[in-house]
Amino acid sequence: MVIEEYLASTKEVTCEKCKEPIVQGALAKNYFVCPKCGKYNKIPARARVELITDDGSFKELWQEVVTGNPIDFPEYEEKSTKARDTSHENEGVICGTAKIKGTECCIYVMEPKFMMGSMGTIVGDKIAALFEYAIEHGLPVVGYAASGGARMQEGMLSLMQMAKVSGAIKLHNDAGLFYMVCVTDPTTGGVTASFAMLGDVIIGEPGALVGFAGKRVIEQVTGETLPAGFQSAEFQLENGFLDDIVRRNDQRDYIGAMLKIHSSDNESDMPRMRFHELHLKGHETDYKNFASNAFARLKEIIHN
Amino acid sequence: MDAYEKIRCARKAGRPTARDYIQSIFTGFMELHGDRTFGDDHAIVGGVAWLGDIPVTVIGIEKGHNLDERVYHNFGCVLPEGYRKAQRLMKEAEKFHRPVICFVDTQGASCGSGAERRGAGQAIADNLYELMTLKTPVISIMAGEGGSGGALALAVADDVWMLENAYYSVVSPEACASILFKDSSRVAEAAEHLKMFADDLYKLNIVERVISEPQDFGEEGWDVEPFMSSLKMSLVGRVGELMNQPVQKLIMERYEKYRRIGRYKEIDVHNV
Repeated sequence: MVIEEYLASTKEVTCEKCKEPIVQGALAKNYFVCPKCGKYNKIPARARVELITDDGSFKELWQEVVTGNPIDFPEYEEKSTKARDTSHENEGVICGTAKIKGTECCIYVMEPKFMMGSMGTIVGDKIAALFEYAIEHGLPVVGYAASGGARMQEGMLSLMQMAKVSGAIKLHNDAGLFYMVCVTDPTTGGVTASFAMLGDVIIGEPGALVGFAGKRVIEQVTGETLPAGFQSAEFQLENGFLDDIVRRNDQRDYIGAMLKIHSSDNESDMPRMRFHELHLKGHETDYKNFASNAFARLKEIIHN
Repeated sequence: MDAYEKIRCARKAGRPTARDYIQSIFTGFMELHGDRTFGDDHAIVGGVAWLGDIPVTVIGIEKGHNLDERVYHNFGCVLPEGYRKAQRLMKEAEKFHRPVICFVDTQGASCGSGAERRGAGQAIADNLYELMTLKTPVISIMAGEGGSGGALALAVADDVWMLENAYYSVVSPEACASILFKDSSRVAEAAEHLKMFADDLYKLNIVERVISEPQDFGEEGWDVEPFMSSLKMSLVGRVGELMNQPVQKLIMERYEKYRRIGRYKEIDVHNV
């Protein structure tokens, strides 16, 4: 268990913001929030999975796939090898199935320490396949975004992942399934401009940087001086792009409750079922009893 | 041409802009303005028109030719309301099963505090999302600069065509040189490595067709007519083919096309 290792660790780390030394175990115990300045320090993706999902329920998908160098970009192998060593992950996202407060779902969590959580082909392919898996099994998707954007070293192949994942989310949406995403520090560039902003529900962590263009780039291009708090999660909430800001220690309950209220197995679902019976019966597609062939299913969804 | 000359060529002021294509290829263009929510972004020019005898919706990113025009069109840098205006026009086209033709030429989405406040990322994301299942044919033409997500937002299409000397890149070669090579003079080298030119992108199955440019393309007094009429012929032919396809097949193939880009056989719904 990753979290246990962190909790037991007496190694000293420094807070990302105030740079004060903290014993790693104490930081982990506080959900990686600095006890001195309150800064939400980055959480390793695997620890995040453990914090959010029900004990022992997580089953990882496609963990072993490792990046090549699809457009022969200089120094890419060295960088990705180093990223694997420092993050202890094979790529910038962990995908799988799990239960959160009892509700079965698909989950992806991006790893901010793998080349700044950048999105290359494997990240895109895993997330797109996860949404297809969710369609096939009639499951909601919970995502944690943390990314510097599309990965430059895979060129246009990375940019195309934005379209691919957005398309998979659209099919999942059209299947009547629920997707919620939590944007964490930092969520920028091509990830903001695709799957981080496409949730039915989008929440953010306090103080997280969430935006499209980089702050420094904006200042250079426009000559504007940007105020403190520009592109923070709070800024995005105020401008209407987040549903809420949820503290780390509340996120499991929040997501669990959100999944439950969107679940069709809900016992308190009577009025909605009644509406279904009155207005939609005979027209709806019963996604749970679909044939197991995902391709056929996707076709059918589009057809409807 | 080397990479540096190609970049200069893609950015050359004399290249036809969206309005030039609209005037030369289509007839009866009626411009439609505004996103119905916030405003009218001048970087996007769009409306309804005839492609031969086919009614179409045409949407382009307009840069303008001279300084006044360029300022008016915000140098072809699209604001969130511009992407929303484009999407509104696409949805209107879908309703009447009218094909959508897009002309893309932008250094990138507009960068500024206003764009961030109004959700630049969300606006682009929403276009990718809606375009993927738009129930009508979409063809996008990369006409000059294809600046990252700002270009992609109008280019999730059944066919993406690219002019011979246009570029289409995940990041500008200047930014790539300064960020990855820590040397802003290594622009040409960055451009080569990024595989951002038409022939490379054709090989990577990211563009379906490369449109050759005449030698004097965009120079003073170049012969516009043959180039435009040949492009028009290609569009008429392809739009006709796409319109004859059942809409669910069209969308399925559009999705599959993007699904295949950067696809790993180990990562599959059935490989779990």
